[in-house]
Amino acid sequence: MTVQIQVKNVSKIFGSKPKSAIPLIKKGLSKEEILKKTNHTVGVYDATFDINKGEVFVIMGLSGSGKSTLIRCFNLLNKPTDGSILLDGQDITKCSRDELKKVRQEKIAMVFQHFGLFSHRTILANVEYGLEIRNVPKEKRREIAQQNIETVGLKGYEDKYPDELSGGMQQRVGLARALTNDPDILLMDEPFSALDPLIRREMQLELLDIQERLQKTIIFITHDVNEAFRIGDRVAVMKDGHVEQVGTPEEIIANPANEYISEFIKDIDRSKVFQASHIMTKPNALVSNKDGLNVAIKEMRENGISSVFVVDRSRRIQGIVTIDDAIQGIKEKKSLSDVIREDITIVNEEEYINDLIPKALESSFPLAVVNEDNKLVGYILRVHVLSGLTSDDVNESEEYVY
Amino acid sequence: MLMISFPDITFEAGKYVDDLVSFLADNLEALFDFIFFVTSRSISGLTDFLMIIPWWLFIIIIFLLGWYFKSFFSGILYGIFIFLIGTFGLWEEMMITISIILTAVIICLIIGIPLGVAMAFNKWVSMILRPILDAMQTMPSFVYLIPAIFFFGLGNVSAIFATLIYSLPPVIRLTDLAIRGVDKEVVESAHSFGSSRWQTLTKVQLPQALPTIMAGVNQTTMMALAMVVIASMVGASGLGEQVLVSINRIDIALGFEAGISIVFLAIIIDRITNGIAEKVQRRGGNQ
Ligand SMILES: Nc1ncnc2c1ncn2[C@@H]1O[C@H](COP(=O)(O)OP(=O)(O)OP(=O)(O)O)[C@@H](O)[C@H]1O
Ligand SMILES: [Mg+2]
Repeated sequence: MTVQIQVKNVSKIFGSKPKSAIPLIKKGLSKEEILKKTNHTVGVYDATFDINKGEVFVIMGLSGSGKSTLIRCFNLLNKPTDGSILLDGQDITKCSRDELKKVRQEKIAMVFQHFGLFSHRTILANVEYGLEIRNVPKEKRREIAQQNIETVGLKGYEDKYPDELSGGMQQRVGLARALTNDPDILLMDEPFSALDPLIRREMQLELLDIQERLQKTIIFITHDVNEAFRIGDRVAVMKDGHVEQVGTPEEIIANPANEYISEFIKDIDRSKVFQASHIMTKPNALVSNKDGLNVAIKEMRENGISSVFVVDRSRRIQGIVTIDDAIQGIKEKKSLSDVIREDITIVNEEEYINDLIPKALESSFPLAVVNEDNKLVGYILRVHVLSGLTSDDVNESEEYVY
Repeated sequence: MLMISFPDITFEAGKYVDDLVSFLADNLEALFDFIFFVTSRSISGLTDFLMIIPWWLFIIIIFLLGWYFKSFFSGILYGIFIFLIGTFGLWEEMMITISIILTAVIICLIIGIPLGVAMAFNKWVSMILRPILDAMQTMPSFVYLIPAIFFFGLGNVSAIFATLIYSLPPVIRLTDLAIRGVDKEVVESAHSFGSSRWQTLTKVQLPQALPTIMAGVNQTTMMALAMVVIASMVGASGLGEQVLVSINRIDIALGFEAGISIVFLAIIIDRITNGIAEKVQRRGGNQ
């Protein structure tokens, strides 16, 4: 995994003489004390962490905790008071004006909370803006813009103006405009906060989808814990300008660094953080579709279970055989393929528990968990689903017998 | 000793201004001659051009403008207004007045918009200009006539000069206001793509500010029109001159006709520039 952004001891202080407040923070004065004493506001203090290439890095925290201040340092809309930010090894805090322009044009693009669209330009003209200022020929930038408009699903709206679109669509324009620059890094400051919950969820999924395809490094800000844990590969939690903890959602839930974070994640909906792969059990008994019913019965007997999944040679799921059907089948001299039941529920290993609940309730058999190649990787029982919501240790619980 | 009357201290501020004006008039003669030449040529050129247009075509143009920017009936009404002015026998005077106003407004925009932009971007410029603009707007407009005559003699150019000083402030003010009023996030998004300052200004800030700037243009035009009669005191021809003549002769008929013609022009210009502003508004930013 390569590191794309290194944030080193970055501080940002607002006020007439920002540098003067640095020693005070070092002495351990709080944000309020510094504000009272010197009339300087601490936006971010001493943030240090790395962001890897291609990951979705979420910065989360309450209002006023310094999230925007920090993300705006990455493209120097805010100049850090202290510290350095290395983009692929280049310290952008030391860039000249021209170098900065180049970085902004080529490496890093931003999506804004209230979209920041140019209301006097059509959707197409909005999306091609980044290329226009780089003097890319009209034909070429039209073509690239068009592609990105299609990527975000806005084909047919090219000649509309932003105020003719709904909020969700406007933010798609914001996203398309950022993607058109083909940046390595996407900065997104609460991009979905202005949208209603349903649209928001749809946009989250779509963002992940786009991320999967284009492999951008995404820095995403939210004050919504559920959103953070849903889309973040790693999450940084901020409080009063400090970065309190950086880790994967699972790590943070399993080992909150302090009281504040425990409190913060208390009402997180675990069913939206944990995926099928976190709570599934690896199957210890399987039969191949080439095997006979006797083999199936033997497998079930040896493992003390009442049904067993049937897979083909490349471990793709075919169906399930119950012990009753198998015994009945032998009596009637049937083969495995005659008694195999195909009405099983198959889920992807990346599906969230939240989405599994209805499926688990409907299905009369264990859920079969497959990976993206459709290979069986595990199974989930109803009890698994429910225990995944309550138990602290979700990984690999004891083997279930069924 | 009760100190009732003001002590015998004199500070002749007026005299210094007088000296300054004479100094400028003497030493920058070439400059003023040049300005005089360009301005008087553009006014007469514009008037000649307007006079070439056949009367019926002009009425149709006004009708179409009214229709496009307001409504069909407004268009008809404006057409009738222009026709009426013609029937008063004031066609040529009207054209001269329109030329003077147009010239003044165009010069206002050429000077005013850059100054407004400078004000929005630089707090020093803003600090210096603000009181000057206040003074320009509150000083009785007759006062401008005196230096105008000094620099340009009697005639249309002096009229333009006086009109300019009177009607420049709204463009500057509203441009400044408009630029500063552009949504911060929109400007930041322009920066975030690596726009240069010039690109941000021309591609984002000015277009976004356009509706408000247009409101300034409307105000400026109306103020220029309001100056028409006053400007005729320094020799501007056109409708204003007719009003002045009618006052001197106590000619009520002429006074009424010239006066109502100015009102007609005011209505037409106001509604049309307003209509333009509204059309721009629908696409522009700031809301
Ligand atoms: N331009 C500025 N001038 C002065 N203080 C500022 C400025 N920008 C931010 N701050 C202060 O810095 C602190 C962090 O603000 P910031 O906007 O980064 O918070 P945030 O986490 O993004 O909050 P929100 O969720 O409300 O967007 C706040 O105390 C804020 O008042
Ligand atoms: Mg913020």
